[in-house]
Amino acid sequence: MTGNAADGTASRPLAIEARGIVKRFDGFTAVDGIDLTVPEGAIYGILGPNGAGKTTTLRMLLGIIDPDEGLRRVLGHERPHEIAHAIGYLPEERGLYPAMKAYEAIAFLGALRGLPLAEGRRRGRALLEEHGLGYAADRQIRQLSKGMAQQVQLLGTLVHDPRLVIFDEPFSGLDALNQGKLERMIRALAAKGTTVIFSTHVIAHAERLCDEVAIIAGGKVPFAGPVDLARDRIRPQVRLETRAHDGPWLQALPADARREGSFLYFSLPESGVEPLLRALIEGEAGILSLSIERAGLHDAFVAIAGEAAARALEEGAGDEA
Amino acid sequence: MTGRLSTFAAALVVARRDFSAILFSRSFIFFLLGPLFPVVVAALAGGVGQKVQESTARPQLGIVMQAEDAAAMIRAHDALARRMGSGLPDFVVVRRLDPGESFDPAAALKGPRGSSGGNLAAVLSGTPASPMLTGPPERIAAWAGPVSLAAAQALGRGPAAYPAVRLSDTATSKADQRSDHVKTAQSGQMLLFLLTMLLAGMVLSNLVEEKGNKIIEVLAAAIPMDALFLGKLFAMLAVSLVGIAVWGIAVGGFTLLAGNVLPQLTEPAVGWPLFFALGVLYFASAYLLLGSVYLAIGSMATTVREVQTLSMPATMIQLVVFFLASFAMTQPGSPIELAAVLFPLSSPYAMLARAAQDAAVWPHVAALAWQVLFVAIFVRSGARLFRTRVMKSGPAGGKREKRGLFRRRRPA
Repeated sequence: MTGNAADGTASRPLAIEARGIVKRFDGFTAVDGIDLTVPEGAIYGILGPNGAGKTTTLRMLLGIIDPDEGLRRVLGHERPHEIAHAIGYLPEERGLYPAMKAYEAIAFLGALRGLPLAEGRRRGRALLEEHGLGYAADRQIRQLSKGMAQQVQLLGTLVHDPRLVIFDEPFSGLDALNQGKLERMIRALAAKGTTVIFSTHVIAHAERLCDEVAIIAGGKVPFAGPVDLARDRIRPQVRLETRAHDGPWLQALPADARREGSFLYFSLPESGVEPLLRALIEGEAGILSLSIERAGLHDAFVAIAGEAAARALEEGAGDEA
Repeated sequence: MTGRLSTFAAALVVARRDFSAILFSRSFIFFLLGPLFPVVVAALAGGVGQKVQESTARPQLGIVMQAEDAAAMIRAHDALARRMGSGLPDFVVVRRLDPGESFDPAAALKGPRGSSGGNLAAVLSGTPASPMLTGPPERIAAWAGPVSLAAAQALGRGPAAYPAVRLSDTATSKADQRSDHVKTAQSGQMLLFLLTMLLAGMVLSNLVEEKGNKIIEVLAAAIPMDALFLGKLFAMLAVSLVGIAVWGIAVGGFTLLAGNVLPQLTEPAVGWPLFFALGVLYFASAYLLLGSVYLAIGSMATTVREVQTLSMPATMIQLVVFFLASFAMTQPGSPIELAAVLFPLSSPYAMLARAAQDAAVWPHVAALAWQVLFVAIFVRSGARLFRTRVMKSGPAGGKREKRGLFRRRRPA
């Protein structure tokens, strides 16, 4: 997937470029020839059920592990550690040193990315103040609640002002309030030009936040591109209610039309809405209501990745809930 | 945005964090107290051993002779004992026989302490002119000479005068020197081994704790694994040097206060200053080698049980290596010593022993370079193992799945 002309991403330089990356573990192919291109400044979602290969893909992009095949380029570097100072990473399994004070933990995470410790401490305190956690700056991590510790780690991920931020399941374990805060933070990062990539198995987050998504299932990426393009994979859905229940106008409906109560549901024919309306009016169907809804990302996911992957995705989301 | 960290700078970030964390932790107190435990155990064992030795009386030679013969033998013993010292057994009169009385000497040796008490090892009967020794073959063979000398003295045939022997002291002999150097080498090796094992165990538990904190992935994403391993190793090395400094000051102070009470070791062949310097370098080398092996083990294990299972063979191998180096020390210049010097894990021990026995310095330069090469190889291999064996799974289904090294995991 590349940036598209419609939203102007085509002209942007790429934050991530991966071509045919493959990773095998003990004969099991975890990631099977994935292609990804993420334009700088985009919010990019990697959407897939548990076990689909999301974490392995992210780890390869970060240089934690190397692909067995294929090419990856992160901010123009084939070896991600060379540009680690410009990257922030929040893994799914979060953890900090329990004995460290909150501001020290942020400074340490910054120091790992090349930020001098003194500057990291100063920024750590400032960030905690900014996010309403100033009172906890001198508390040890073990004295903080799980949610607060997660926020501290999140701030530590951003303290060095990275160009690219990668979150692995960032919403996992957060309550609704903090999920909202995180969504706002992601939008704010993108607004100042930071590229944000996050993996998730919750479609709603991807749908609300992402410019582009990669749908991943069974180690492959059947779709990667703008969210709208994914939705366009499915014909818009029509819901029709008529006074007449029979008549020649029924011939104008597509074969997948089904009746549920007083409503008829079907995909919008490729010929468009006008020929359909004409047939209904001329056939005296007596239109009571008619709505055309664009497909959601969930429907697109089902159509692209298949029913089984969608079920796994829902189960994962259900587990988390 | 920030600047790129070199591997060394990244290692320093990790080392600084670990160093301060360990130094202010309870485990450092245990680390400081650790060497006291073997000292206390050794002191207790030594005390018990001394008691046992004290309770065992010196073997005595029982005399069963007519009264005047027995008295003559005792006088002869007293005259010779001043010059022969421990070469002459203690004489004890078991029975003074009346004229014509006969006595079975073997009967005096029966029973747990002989029929007449004491600690009889053999019995002397007959007369000074015709003495007869009864007892176990080895004992009577060993005592035949001194008894013959004492009998001659009792008969008045001993030397009338003893020429004065002038004494000219030398500090040591070649044989003594070699024996003393071996003792110094042994002490050095033992200290090195104890310290290394203690530290390697600590670095192992440190990494396992890190995995428990789940911060390892953050570290692995930010810095090269080599830097992470080096940082951890250097932190523990720095901690150990602080520990050594504390112990050094404590032992030095105690030695000054105690004066000659502490056992004195012979100066090693390379001299004390260089020996200490080499000791620190070989300690660092031995620790880095073993520590990198333990780090690789720790990185593969997810639970304390797995750590124990995996580290046991490594500990056993290290013991064998130590024994190899100890044995090689007694065979200087042999192929066994060369093997111990060349095998990276035993090389620091073997070379420290060599420093105690041989004054040549250049082999130490070569050996240290050789060991540094293997430290680099071990760290690199450990880091690679970590990357290939461990970071292959996300937390997919983590709540439902049991974790374990030997379990094949489905990546997320």
